[in-house]
Amino acid sequence: MHDVLVIGAGHAGCEAAAAAARRGARVGLLTFRAEDVGQMSCNPSIGGVGKGHLVRELDVFDGMMARAADRAAIHRRMLNRSKGPAVWGPRVQADRKLYRTAIGDLLRESGVEVVAAEALSLIVAGGRVSGVETAAGKLRSRAVVIATGTFLDARMFVGERVLEGGRRGERASIALAEQIRSVGLGQGRLKTGTPPRLDGRTVDWVRLEEQPSDADAWAMSALCDGATPPQLRCAITRTNARTHEIIQANFDRSPLFAGAIEGRGPRYCPSIEDKVRRFADRDAHQIFLEPEGLGDHVVYPNGISTSLPTDVQEQFVRSVAGLERVEIVRPGYAVEYEFVDPRRLNQTLEVRDIQGLFLAGQINGTTGYEEAAAQGLAAGLNAAAAALDLNELRFDRRSSYIGVMIDDLTLQGVTEPYRMMTARAEYRLALRADNATTRLGQAALLAGCVSERRREQIESRLSLRTSSGWCETEEGRADALYRPYLERQEREWEVVRRDSSVWIPSSLDYAVVPGLSNEMVERLTSARPETLDQASRVSGVTPAALSALYVAVSKRAAA
Amino acid sequence: MAAVRALRHPQSGELLDESLVLRFDSPASSTGEDVVEFQCHGGRAVVAAVLDALTSLDGFRIAEPGEFTRRAFENGRIDLTEAEGLADLIEAETESQRKAALALAEGGLKKQIAAWQDRLLGFSAEAERAIDYDEADEAVDTALQRECAELAEELSEWLDRPGVERLKDGVRVVVAGPPNAGKSSLLNAIAGEERAIVTDIPGTTRDHIEVPLSLGGVPILLTDTAGLRDSADRVEAIGVERASRLVEAADVLIWLGEPNQAPDQAGVIKVHSKSDLPERNGALEGSLVVSSVTGAGIAELVGRIEALARRSLPAEDAIPLNRRQSAQLGAAAEALREASAAKDVILLAEHLRRARGGFDRLTGRAGVEDVLDSLFSRFCLGK
Repeated sequence: MHDVLVIGAGHAGCEAAAAAARRGARVGLLTFRAEDVGQMSCNPSIGGVGKGHLVRELDVFDGMMARAADRAAIHRRMLNRSKGPAVWGPRVQADRKLYRTAIGDLLRESGVEVVAAEALSLIVAGGRVSGVETAAGKLRSRAVVIATGTFLDARMFVGERVLEGGRRGERASIALAEQIRSVGLGQGRLKTGTPPRLDGRTVDWVRLEEQPSDADAWAMSALCDGATPPQLRCAITRTNARTHEIIQANFDRSPLFAGAIEGRGPRYCPSIEDKVRRFADRDAHQIFLEPEGLGDHVVYPNGISTSLPTDVQEQFVRSVAGLERVEIVRPGYAVEYEFVDPRRLNQTLEVRDIQGLFLAGQINGTTGYEEAAAQGLAAGLNAAAAALDLNELRFDRRSSYIGVMIDDLTLQGVTEPYRMMTARAEYRLALRADNATTRLGQAALLAGCVSERRREQIESRLSLRTSSGWCETEEGRADALYRPYLERQEREWEVVRRDSSVWIPSSLDYAVVPGLSNEMVERLTSARPETLDQASRVSGVTPAALSALYVAVSKRAAA
Repeated sequence: MAAVRALRHPQSGELLDESLVLRFDSPASSTGEDVVEFQCHGGRAVVAAVLDALTSLDGFRIAEPGEFTRRAFENGRIDLTEAEGLADLIEAETESQRKAALALAEGGLKKQIAAWQDRLLGFSAEAERAIDYDEADEAVDTALQRECAELAEELSEWLDRPGVERLKDGVRVVVAGPPNAGKSSLLNAIAGEERAIVTDIPGTTRDHIEVPLSLGGVPILLTDTAGLRDSADRVEAIGVERASRLVEAADVLIWLGEPNQAPDQAGVIKVHSKSDLPERNGALEGSLVVSSVTGAGIAELVGRIEALARRSLPAEDAIPLNRRQSAQLGAAAEALREASAAKDVILLAEHLRRARGGFDRLTGRAGVEDVLDSLFSRFCLGK
């Protein structure tokens, strides 16, 4: 008997399992193969603008991603350094093997039991989940977290070839996908892609612009013990007119344009064939050549994810400066997968209609390791709360990017893979990568999910804030820089707080609210906002609809 | 459905009026509810008798201020800016008031705001792109800042235009000058009735007197002020101080003092008064010769007041803003100006976010309660 079972051992699943365990739950982590735990299946980097903020927040709750990234880092860059501290984005290149090892070690320390078996179906009775039917038999638990990523009924596309599976050489969760559809959770399909992997020994490095690692030593985790492996160099190159010609000539062989892929891809991280088609006036697109590891010659060319046939990939890659003689180790491919409408979840990531069932990661329509891991944290902490009767934890969009993400997902749903960007946070000046401990330290202590060492770090950081030396710290200087703006935002929050206090009864039938168009009724019924403030953020909801809703709710309250 | 019907008192059966009765069925009526309209013959006694008879019935009462508009809004028949236009329409007393209110009620402002918002969103999108996607660390985009400044300028132009308040409260026409210059007589002559007390004693008018008028369809608030002089009388001194403030705030100033002592401001008409008196022969060049006694020059003065006052009104095809709308647009314009001078792109984006907030409050997107409070407290009568 477990308290919490987690299905899937990617970034979301591992964080969920470890977070639940840190709160004292007995946790089982189900995965196809034990050796795949903590695998980085796409690009070998962690962090970035917006994403780095998520990693820092995760770290405050003793999440594993920041510490694992530090242990595996082979290249560090603080992005946006010239643009003001609010949007600095810490980003590291991580050695794949070291990263997997680090996650494996941290998971073991947390006491999570890894179970290598396919999850076939959920055991649900009376609107409550009570375990998982696996290939190795029935497993009972009080709560279940599904974190299957792209593996739900996934299909991979390499040119005209279509394979079943969520990652190269691996299977898809087909049985589980059927059940998720049958309980009415499936929404649609999304797609994501990867670039071809290159053999670094065939890259002409000396001709390329070098992108050095930062000289100053900063770390992802506040608990970095300084063990940094040797640093590698990355390089930048660019596509050119010839590259674009080759891609254009083969548009008809792309499953994307031929109609084989129905799922929507992210507009902000398009495949190279998308970029060439949509931005025909651009004569070059950047490619970042990122080594995958220290003892590994594989290079990840960031910026050219593609699902074109292998021969076309070879042709266009070799048209790029410095890559004329490059060998492709593995061709790029697109993955199309099923996702769940996250508006069916409440802000703890629990499925509204099935008690004890939590969803985290790409299954909720997000993209990216960091987004997945952050949801894993929230789902894991709350699954433990459900199983052990502890306090639930809701992240607020005024104090964290995790809160912004969960609020966006559960209120607005997704129409394309959701990626974190600082533009999504209206209180961006207050939500910085440098002040995660200040913002969330107290909540982490209250959640009872941190180690002794972390508790000391949080407490000393919070007490440093009140000391005279504070204004000399990086965070203190950023506070001072933004103070007038932050004070103004505080006043704005008052209005938000007031609209937050106008509760919308969960039983409200939007169809009978006078003045709401059918479209508004549909949007609000799907999102089920709890307050007027939340309703104001449901996408496409008009001012007139909000006014009508406000009037209807206050009429009801008065009646 | 319309019909002429005899209205009788429900208890006494007494005939109250032969009235045109109109029935509007929900939901297509103005409020979205079932509505019956009685169009009675004029005369307060008839209306009072009908109202009396109706309110004697169970469940009938006089509508609260703004109630019909509020119901129309609650039932989704109109949106907020339209409701505001309607509020102005109900209060409209002159032709230009009516036209302006109609433009607002028909959603003219809504369209203009949507166009501004669209541009603003474009700016924000550009700033956000630079923040999240521009790997190259560049300085602030000066083209974007220029565009912000241009939009701020455009908003300011709108804000500088005459607001809807002049339409509703009247253009401020102030009569001023030294004591005993004949200000009160002139006011009475313009108003065509005895409104101000006239004596030969200097300082008779101690406080100002306001007379609302309509000159050629232009709403006017004609104000007589205390004569401007140093006075030992405390009451008069307060009146003089008030007069000075009124002069400053005047849209049109009728100056009865020495022409070379006229305040230096726009919209001044210099008047040479009491021209019927022999000692008042020989007016200076540029002054309008007027006699409140003989009526000489009064028609011309009224014509000039009307022409000047018209300029203080919104153009007939323009959409005037009310105070709430001006305040929010002003906040947006201010934020845009700050954006145009921001030192880095993060702060630029923050100012743009604030500007968007101004628009959101304008259309009722944020601070829903504020907007509704401010709107519905303005109604002075049921429909």
